[in-house]
Formats: sequence, structure tokens, C-alpha cells
Amino acid sequence: MSDRRSFIMGLSAMAAWTSCVRPVGAQGVPRDIQAVVKALIGGATPVEGRISLDLPEIAENGNTIPYTVRVESPMTEAEYVKAVHLLAPANPHPQISSFFFTPQSGKATVASRMRLAQTQDVLVYAEISDGTLYTTKRSIKVTVGGCGG
Amino acid sequence: MSTKPRIRLPDNARIGEVIEIKTLIAHPMESGNRRGNDGSLIPRLLLHTFTAKFADREVFRATLHTGTAANPFISFFIKVPGPGEFEFTWIEDGGAQVVERQALKVT
Repeated sequence: MSDRRSFIMGLSAMAAWTSCVRPVGAQGVPRDIQAVVKALIGGATPVEGRISLDLPEIAENGNTIPYTVRVESPMTEAEYVKAVHLLAPANPHPQISSFFFTPQSGKATVASRMRLAQTQDVLVYAEISDGTLYTTKRSIKVTVGGCGG
Repeated sequence: MSTKPRIRLPDNARIGEVIEIKTLIAHPMESGNRRGNDGSLIPRLLLHTFTAKFADREVFRATLHTGTAANPFISFFIKVPGPGEFEFTWIEDGGAQVVERQALKVT
């Protein structure tokens, strides 16, 4: 009986410990990436939506992974997408790229190629000219990591 | 850094049309995390900024980090305001620049 009790207590202690070593913030974003996000878009909380990120589900080679980001917006002087930021939290340096648009951009769509060290969730943040923030994430499985080292 | 970037514009465009511009430049985008054959770290060397100007006005900009693949490819759009010339600039760590100009035929 006491054996079983101590076993159960041990389990819950272990659960508490694991949740301590993997601190996870508001939207499941790891805490160490939150400082990077804050430096990019400020302290406001972004909402989900308006962004689509095209990314393969599995990348054989993490060195060059094509992606396309689209943000819904009329792209007029009154309302346009100012910036889009892409982050790879499990890379040695989390920043992938940032793109800055103008009303002259016509549409807030951009395509490029990223480098990922390992399987992870890629995060996207979009800043609208009226100050609102949007976010989305996509998980991707990386078979052989890029980034070297 | 002497390679000529590749740029693809439509052959001609109408005023108000939204056109796609594709750019590609040869560059290793050294992340600073890789080790050479002798085991020492290869220093970071990135193209950190790309800008696109049309008729002397900035229309698009990108900042590239270690998470961007070598030989950076960027595709983006602009709404054609009229005839003019594009100026594309890539800036490398240390300040070296590659500048490429290309006129857009507007019908």
C-alpha cells in the first residue's frame, strides 16, 4: 500500500518536473522563443487566422524546404499587411526570414526556401497596418536536418 | 560575391496588374554553425537583406536569417503603377552589395 502510494506520488512529482523543464507559454509557444517574438511584433497577443503557410508535411532534406506564405488582405493604403515573420523554434537560431510589404505589393504572398535542423512547428506572424496581429503554425517532419554542426 | 542574380519578370504588364517577380542569387548563406574539414567553425556569412525598388520607391523588403536556405530564392508580387525600372539589392554581412536593375515593359 505504502509502496503504491509512493509510486503514485513519484509519478505526479515526475509530471510536475517535466512540465517545469518544458515551459510552454500561452499558445503552446515555447517560452524561449517568446522573447524573439516579442522583439519582432511587440507584446500584444496575436490571433489565429488569415495566414496560410504552404509547407511540405515531410522534408527529406532540411537544407532547402520550399514554402509559400499568403495573408488575406485588400492591400490598400487603408489596410495592408506590413510584415510577415517566420520562425523555426527548434533551429539553433530561430529566425528564418521577415518580409515587409507596401500597399504597392498588390498581394501579401511570398515564396522562398527555408532550412530546418529538425522536426518542429514552424511559426508565422503577420502584422497588419491597423496594428492587429495574426499567427499560424504548421508542423513539419524533417528526415535529415539542415544547419550543419 | 560576383555572381549575377537571376530575375524573372513578365514580358509585359498592364497598369494595375499584380505581377509576380522571382529572384534567385547564388550564395552559400553560411549559418556560422557549420564546421570545416579541420573542425573549426566556418564564420557566418549571410545575405541579410533584400530590397526591391520600383521607380525609386521601395515596394518590398526581406530580411534573411540563418533559417533561409543557400542560394536564396524569393518570389513576391507588385501592383504595376506604370512604366519604370526595378532595382533589386542584396546586402551581405560586412556590407558588400549586389545591385541589379531591370526595366518593366508596360503596355
